[in-house]
Amino acid sequence: MTAALETDTALGKPIRRKEDAHLLHGQTNWTDNIQLPGTVHMAILRSPMAHAKITKLDVSGALKQPGVVAAYGAKELGDLNGGVPCVWPVTDDIKMPAFPALAIDKVRQVGDCVAVVLATSVAAAVDALDSIVVSYDQLPAVTDMEAALESGSALVHDEIETNACYVYKMPCGDYEASRAKADVVVARRFINQRLIPTFMEPRSVVAAPMGMSDEITIWSSTQIPHVLRVLLALVTGIPENNLRVVAPDVGGGFGGKLQCYREEILVTNLAKKLGRPVKWTETRSENMVATHHGRDQIQDIEIAATKDGKILGLKVTLLANMGAYLQIITPGVPLLGMFMYPAIYKMDSYDFTCTGVFTNKTPTDAYRGAGRPESTYAIERIVDELAAEIGMEPMELRKKNWIKHEEFPFTTVAGLTYDTGNYEAATEKALAMFDYDGLRAEQAQRRAAGDPVQLGIGISTFTEMCGLAPSRTLGALKYVAGGWEHCTVRALPTGKIEVVTGTSPHGQGHETAWSQIASSILGVPVEDIEVIHSDTGRAPYGMDTYGSRSLAVGGQAIKAASERLVEKARVIAAHQLECSASDLEFVNGSFQVKGDPSKSQALGAVAFEAFTAHNLPPGVEPTLQAEATIDPEDFSYPHGTHLAALEVDTETGQVKLRKYVCVDDVGMQVNPMIVEGQVHGGVAQGIAQALFEGAEYDDDGNLLTASLADYLIPSAADLPSFETGSTVTPSTTHPLGTKGVGEAGAIASTPAIINGIVDALRHLGVTDVAMPASPQTVWRTIQAAKGGAK
Amino acid sequence: MAHISVTVDGTSYQGEVEPRKLLVHWLREDIGRVGTVVGCDTSNCGACTVLLNGRSVKSCSVLAVQADGCEVTTIQGLADGNDWHPVQTAFKECHGLQCGYCTPGMVMAAVDLLSENPTPSESEIREGLEGNLCRCTGYHNIVKSVAYAADLMSAGPTKGAK
Amino acid sequence: MIPVEFDYVKVTSIEQALAALKSGGEDSKIISGGQSLLPVLRLRMAEPSVLVDCGGIDEMLGVRDDGDSITIGAATTHHGVMSNPLVQKHALLLAQATATVADPAIRHRGTTGGALAHADPAGDIPAAALALDTSFVIAGPGGRRTVAAKDFFLDYFTTAVGPDEILVSFSIPKCDWGSNYSKFNRTAQAWAIVGVAAVVNVQGGVIKEARIGLTNMAPTAVRASTVEAALVGAASPADITAAAMHAADGTRATSDLHAKADYREHLARVITARAVRAASGI
Ligand SMILES: Cc1cc2nc3c(=O)[nH]c(=O)nc-3n(C[C@H](O)[C@H](O)[C@H](O)COP(=O)(O)OP(=O)(O)OC[C@H]3O[C@@H](n4cnc5c(N)ncnc54)[C@H](O)[C@@H]3O)c2cc1C
Ligand code: FES
Ligand code: FES
Repeated sequence: MTAALETDTALGKPIRRKEDAHLLHGQTNWTDNIQLPGTVHMAILRSPMAHAKITKLDVSGALKQPGVVAAYGAKELGDLNGGVPCVWPVTDDIKMPAFPALAIDKVRQVGDCVAVVLATSVAAAVDALDSIVVSYDQLPAVTDMEAALESGSALVHDEIETNACYVYKMPCGDYEASRAKADVVVARRFINQRLIPTFMEPRSVVAAPMGMSDEITIWSSTQIPHVLRVLLALVTGIPENNLRVVAPDVGGGFGGKLQCYREEILVTNLAKKLGRPVKWTETRSENMVATHHGRDQIQDIEIAATKDGKILGLKVTLLANMGAYLQIITPGVPLLGMFMYPAIYKMDSYDFTCTGVFTNKTPTDAYRGAGRPESTYAIERIVDELAAEIGMEPMELRKKNWIKHEEFPFTTVAGLTYDTGNYEAATEKALAMFDYDGLRAEQAQRRAAGDPVQLGIGISTFTEMCGLAPSRTLGALKYVAGGWEHCTVRALPTGKIEVVTGTSPHGQGHETAWSQIASSILGVPVEDIEVIHSDTGRAPYGMDTYGSRSLAVGGQAIKAASERLVEKARVIAAHQLECSASDLEFVNGSFQVKGDPSKSQALGAVAFEAFTAHNLPPGVEPTLQAEATIDPEDFSYPHGTHLAALEVDTETGQVKLRKYVCVDDVGMQVNPMIVEGQVHGGVAQGIAQALFEGAEYDDDGNLLTASLADYLIPSAADLPSFETGSTVTPSTTHPLGTKGVGEAGAIASTPAIINGIVDALRHLGVTDVAMPASPQTVWRTIQAAKGGAK
Repeated sequence: MAHISVTVDGTSYQGEVEPRKLLVHWLREDIGRVGTVVGCDTSNCGACTVLLNGRSVKSCSVLAVQADGCEVTTIQGLADGNDWHPVQTAFKECHGLQCGYCTPGMVMAAVDLLSENPTPSESEIREGLEGNLCRCTGYHNIVKSVAYAADLMSAGPTKGAK
Repeated sequence: MIPVEFDYVKVTSIEQALAALKSGGEDSKIISGGQSLLPVLRLRMAEPSVLVDCGGIDEMLGVRDDGDSITIGAATTHHGVMSNPLVQKHALLLAQATATVADPAIRHRGTTGGALAHADPAGDIPAAALALDTSFVIAGPGGRRTVAAKDFFLDYFTTAVGPDEILVSFSIPKCDWGSNYSKFNRTAQAWAIVGVAAVVNVQGGVIKEARIGLTNMAPTAVRASTVEAALVGAASPADITAAAMHAADGTRATSDLHAKADYREHLARVITARAVRAASGI
């Protein structure tokens, strides 16, 4: 790897974001802003039932309504009713039922698409939905994963004759032997509840045939324009080279826009069929049922240890709710967590089994952290329970078992090799910021006094695996794509630089950070660099943004392409300066003859020479650009220590977060301001899982938390400020020394909060509290522990 | 159809609207002021917040006909020519936005908050923004931005950095 | 989403409003601040044919001093009410309850009269109105009548205001007792799981009289009359806690996503004690 980030370049500086000016003035380009002449608007009739036969569907009434251009059910749509793709068949015998965009004969979730109306205004399209005649024969809904696996359960998909999608096993070492040796075995069942991503910009897609060619341009509020283009080509049969996908300003994603959605398929096919632009923007109510959900696992976890706290082995048995269908990586999400249950701890054995289960609920898929928040929650919770069981201070137990900084690189029991890490340093810093001892003293006091408000301290010493991903590893896991990233850097004749990236930001500030990387290598001011992204027409190669991969993988490509550009420029400059390339040094954006700084040529001047091509050295092609496609050597492993102090009102069950300290080690930081922002947002989402959010269904499969009035995402008034810090242990497998940061906060914070609540109440006999730890849940948990009413 | 006349960001607009048309849809669809956005259908998210006769309202919860004869200020009308409003300056300076979708509403809510309380405490800022949801920032830097904007505004008229 | 089509009439007098309601027939509806109505219309959970906007009727706007009482126009916004000096001086409880409603932007539009006429069992204003012995002026085809608080809230979303009537204003006897509105909810913007509105007359450290309204403990806001009786003579925190044990007596709490009935009842007891202690300073 390179040396530490140089301080005389833009790298490592909290540069204010380039993105902000247009966003702060409303000069935005959200997909829903696009109004093309001749547009027809699509409205969708969605199933109000979780499981039912469609006994009748007649869309003809809608056709008679004012403004209506077309209306379709699955039958009318025929071949244009594409199937939603899944690209991660995790086992050879996985069951992969069809997922038609418009339901055929049967609906399997509330929100399933049954019919569509296209009209000249949104209002006309929505009004006409009332004129569609549809009847259902309700079937029993499969809502409980364990019941779903019992024989005789109703089936989500009759044709596959089971609700089990797959069983995946990864035995590492001999867990039974570890268990036999252990003095203590602690077993718990944790429910990692279903969450709804709830990015603030609802999904929106516009597809338009571009008239002069066969091209169809698709604007979509997506995280994955490049992947979407490939998938839409495969699903619709429209040649890939006729599809252009643009993700304009995108208002958040958190995994929820890492998808090829049925609505994207419908809009694309219908634009082609009708020969005019088709547009659809979801309402928030649609979003709650029709955008994929996250988490939803039942985690049975067992830890075996000696009585003095040495962890010997871990066994994890998961039920993972797939929902009604498989979407892009639905089955794979639990596997992203599979590797991380052992986390920062050394142990002899680890046994993992996961069963994917179909239910009549919205499909699950990636949501911030995808698999790793679940694993981190389970391990960090059970380590606390083990500490309680053997009467050890929870931080001491962690210290005893974690990988010491001098032991890196370290190959874990799950088979991953963590390149670097320093858990000691991050923890020490966090403890100092937190006033750990002072808070423990206050806790003891409150306990002794029987204060109705008890204090709890929650710890989470997490690591995660991100920067998806080495393509070989993905292949071994049966993922049907690679994990590389691309960049082209162009020096324009006017001295400006274009960085063309395959990453696709939706809040992460890539335009700023990528400029900083290129600037540090090219010596060109950040302002003179334009980052081009999220448009397959302008940035044709890429694997997009998810899994904290953009800097970890995409950043390497920017670095490599920029360096290659300098090397090409060096040859041209040497020719101009009449010296040999090796006599030149590249300083602050200029090639200088070593020992004679008066002889120099700036990069911009070289670019101009490359443009005019009047005097290029033999064999050198005109234009000054370079590209790089990088496949990462390994995942990256950020880590950190998060500490929460919270007050639990034992009379009401209400939890108040008083203090939140976190020290994250995400390796080298290109822009510490952006890093901090990512941590804040992630921490808030993780806290929200612990305290506020949960998608609740009734027994008929109706989503009860179907609006922002019932699905509670916290506002500013519900959260405290966060005290963030960092340590920097550069990654050795990533040339910039960076790791990922997008998901870390969300992965780390959830167990810190729940550990804190249990810590506050443990003396009352509480050993666990379900998420979200709503006041009612916490109160009932206390009552149950006291032996009172449940 | 009803005839309305509304001044938006200093420009007077006339139009015929269906009574059912929400102000935010009129702004976005009829007069092309797409800076103000929609994030929900239950009046919870605040993404659509604008000033109506100087006070913050959720423009998804006002009918366009109800705005007849009123003045509307949106995120697009906040800056004074090239001079950014101090709240805009502060949001950039303090990294108070990530994806920017909540931003139009958040900034307008902050402007309203500061007009009512020029020197808010942290908890007053947090409570004042309770009707505006942000999924990206965890609010930490939004709160900092508003506090910084209060400082900028009390220091007198600023020429915001662009 | 987009509401179904309807007609809209803006009126400037009560008479016009009543006439518009009449000519609109059964499906006509008053719109005041629209902060409850518009979300319902957007989700197409109601489909009125005519909306009669009463926001332009002078008589329904503002707060006036009537000597022993203050009178508040039904179309006065939440923000207008809570920041009004007369309200803050003579009906502080109403200002306290109003400040917990929704968020600032909604309080700029939503009206206190609208909230009372809407009568959401989880709404914060009705409990405060009950505790303050509010009386209501209702105009209808047959003229005007005044209804006492105890006769105003009839059932879920149902008040004494008939479909062809309008709530014009409401009057609150001036009250300088200690007051507190305690709202228990999961997030700041959320509706109350339970709310307690308390006004307490304390003399020489002893409670002489108390009036307590409960939010979300029955199909309508209710008075906690057993607690009120038990509070007379209370002089210590323990006395108050004991009296508050009766907070759920006679209530009809329901179960929903955020709270089951037994938990609501428990909360009513805990929060009542806290509200009374805050109001009384004991
Ligand atoms: C996100 C959100 C959160 C909220 N949170 C809370 C909360 O925590 N606590 C709370 O108390 N409220 C809350 N509200 C509701 C808010 O208080 C509303 O302002 C209030 O309930 C209704 O007042 P309005 O003027 O907006 O009435 P409108 O919406 O205009 O009308 C409501 C109903 O009352 C009728 N009506 C209105 N005025 C009259 C009148 N003068 N005569 C006869 N009938 C009339 C209408 O016909 C309609 O049926 C919330 C609203 C939203 C959108
Ligand atoms: S769009 Fe969500 S409050 Fe207006
Ligand atoms: S910045 Fe994305 S929602 Fe606030």
